[in-house]
Amino acid sequence: MANQVLMPALSPTMTEGTLAKWLVSEGDAVQSGDVIAEIETDKATMELEAVDEGILGKIIVAEGSEGIAVNTPIAVIIEEGEDASAIEVSAPEPVAPATAVAEPAPAAAQPEAQIAAPISEEAYTGSTTSMTVREALRDAMAEEMRTDDTIFLMGEEVAEYQGAYKISQGLLEEFGEKRVIDTPITEHGFTGLSVGAAFGGLRPIVEFMTFNFAMQAMDQLINSAAKTLYMSGGQMGCPAVFRGANGAAAGVAAQHSQCYASWYAHVPGLKVISPYSGEDAKGLLKSAIRDPNPVIFLENEILYGQSFDVPDADDFTIPIGKSKIERSGTDVTLIAYSIMVGVALEAAETLASEGISAEVINLRTLRPLDIDTIVTSIKKTNRVVSVEEGWPVANIGSEIAAITMEHAFDYLDAPVSRVCGEDVPMPYARNLEAAALPNTEKVVTAAKAVCYR
Amino acid sequence: MAKESTKRKASKKTTSENPTASPEELLQHYNDMLLIRRFEEKAGQLYGMGLIAGFCHLYIGQEAVVVGMQAAAKEGDSVVTSYRDHGHMLATGMEAKGVMAELTGRRTGYSKGKGGSMHMFSREKNFFGGHGIVGAQVPIGTGLAFAHKYKEDGGVCMAYFGDGASNQGQVFESFNMAALWKLPVVYVIENNRYGMGTSVKRASSNEELFSRGGAFGIPGVSVDGMDVLAVKEAGAKALEHARSGKGPYILGMQTYRYRGHSMSDPAKYRSREEVSKVRSERDPVDRVRQYILDANAADEDALKKIDADVKAVVSEAAEYAQQSPEPDLSELYTDILVEA
Repeated sequence: MANQVLMPALSPTMTEGTLAKWLVSEGDAVQSGDVIAEIETDKATMELEAVDEGILGKIIVAEGSEGIAVNTPIAVIIEEGEDASAIEVSAPEPVAPATAVAEPAPAAAQPEAQIAAPISEEAYTGSTTSMTVREALRDAMAEEMRTDDTIFLMGEEVAEYQGAYKISQGLLEEFGEKRVIDTPITEHGFTGLSVGAAFGGLRPIVEFMTFNFAMQAMDQLINSAAKTLYMSGGQMGCPAVFRGANGAAAGVAAQHSQCYASWYAHVPGLKVISPYSGEDAKGLLKSAIRDPNPVIFLENEILYGQSFDVPDADDFTIPIGKSKIERSGTDVTLIAYSIMVGVALEAAETLASEGISAEVINLRTLRPLDIDTIVTSIKKTNRVVSVEEGWPVANIGSEIAAITMEHAFDYLDAPVSRVCGEDVPMPYARNLEAAALPNTEKVVTAAKAVCYR
Repeated sequence: MAKESTKRKASKKTTSENPTASPEELLQHYNDMLLIRRFEEKAGQLYGMGLIAGFCHLYIGQEAVVVGMQAAAKEGDSVVTSYRDHGHMLATGMEAKGVMAELTGRRTGYSKGKGGSMHMFSREKNFFGGHGIVGAQVPIGTGLAFAHKYKEDGGVCMAYFGDGASNQGQVFESFNMAALWKLPVVYVIENNRYGMGTSVKRASSNEELFSRGGAFGIPGVSVDGMDVLAVKEAGAKALEHARSGKGPYILGMQTYRYRGHSMSDPAKYRSREEVSKVRSERDPVDRVRQYILDANAADEDALKKIDADVKAVVSEAAEYAQQSPEPDLSELYTDILVEA
């Protein structure tokens, strides 16, 4: 009886991987538990163990193959005496969605130019390279670290492991263990330590594996990092970047899937950034590192593996506090940040097919909010829908609603609408998780409602 | 006094029986400690008059700790402490006028009136606060030590905290990282016997707080924190240990606070007799005074001169703190962010 070996999903967000190396050859005997191959995921290189014992009858996917979808048959294990040549390679089984977010995140190579007439305040005209958000973040750190040796990176698994999400890949090699520092699992401690190091004249970049764990460090972030400049009458600031994955991941349930944007955006003394594209990731992270204030930099795990065109210039930065109009429109303004920008863009596409012209604003910075761009857009479209993963109570959309009331009340043709995460802890089951998150359909429905369509 | 163990590796007592100092040093210690004592008495008085708001935590009784440590420290060493911080500021050389004016919330205070008693800083004097959250200064001090090591500037951070803070989780997180990375930090535990109103024995499973680094291999000693010379001697050893690259060191200062936790302390948790016994038998200012007289370093008249000078400095500070204007309302929205 032949048993197929399938490409495994080795992380919650893995949809495909690279078959880096076969450690056994056709005809070799394998025991269950034997390591038979190395698989490169979006996060790390993992060992694949055999589940069944027998003879490796056939290798279907050769080593070095990239982009192998999860659940693709990669080899067949046969029993003693079976004829390997008789094996028919069955069609790949249906691929289960590895990312269980309600709406698949925008396709990896979705070029911005096709979905919008991009209006970039930088008006960058130089060359670009397609790269993942992960690579853009890494390059931003590396470029800044080359220019200032008081910058160091600290966090769990940032050095030898190369980053739990591979963001810091190669940094240890380039900058050494003095500047790329693995910490114990001690968020409260190393956050406080980094604040002290910033007071002492250094410029820390602190990676939280995810912002869920930064809850342990909340006191140091708010009471020490954000407030000391004020409490010291301007003597002592905290030039540090606190970055990591924020928002819903996939299939990891309530304690690992939460958006902290509005928590941090509430706090004077912090700057809060949440990038969407690779361009955002690189340009904003560089600005954050150069900024003399504590910056909370909210990334998104699902976006890490997505590719975008990113400007090549070393001095390319994006100003903090400025949003970007990702797509121009006249009928309704969709305001989003992080991964929800992609959802809003998809919704805009759908709406366009139904004759509604949606403008999509990528907030980029959540504190300070770019009130001018928001208000100007609303005065043009007279309708606004905010889109975010965070819970409804006191979320970023609430703030947008308040700003709209304060600055554009007379321009509104419909009440402000908020599409956001449901007011529940994130459930685990795929269907419930999908129901708890915003998706394109929900955004389209909300946009139509404010257009009375 | 806490029971002291000589069995633990991390808890041996190393101070000598009769530490010595030159006449000039003794007079300086007396002056510095008396300044803190008189400053704090005046602060208490101004608080009673309604001129100081909110919390005000006085350092009276603990003066020998910070004065002894500063006497052992070198230029460039950094200091961070909790909200019971007035003594530390004066000992690091910050001016009494600026500290008192901050207590009264005036624009001439060290934080322009925006920090208050618990939140004051001086980059110039390497004093990094003044932190209001119990224990939060410990990882911050560990980070200052990280910066000393990173910059290779030869400095050591003295991170002060109380017996109450010593039970905070982040203290142990700091111990671990400091030992792991051999950071130049001296943890000075000011064990004044009470975390607010809870005595050490009711809060700490192991009352030998100086031994708390044992699990991390951090040496610690118990020190008579009422004796400025004992503090200085132990401080010098600890600072040398940290400065030489051997990593952190813990000093368990056995001290006592005469006043309440803050000004609003009802003092129901200890007896009047307990306080007056310490005052009469172990007072750190009286002790250094006696050292001076025993060593014939100065006579009563010379000491009276110091008393008068200190009193004048404190009176001037109090006057300044009351005469200085409040912050301009335009300061409400300044110093929130550094302009990039």
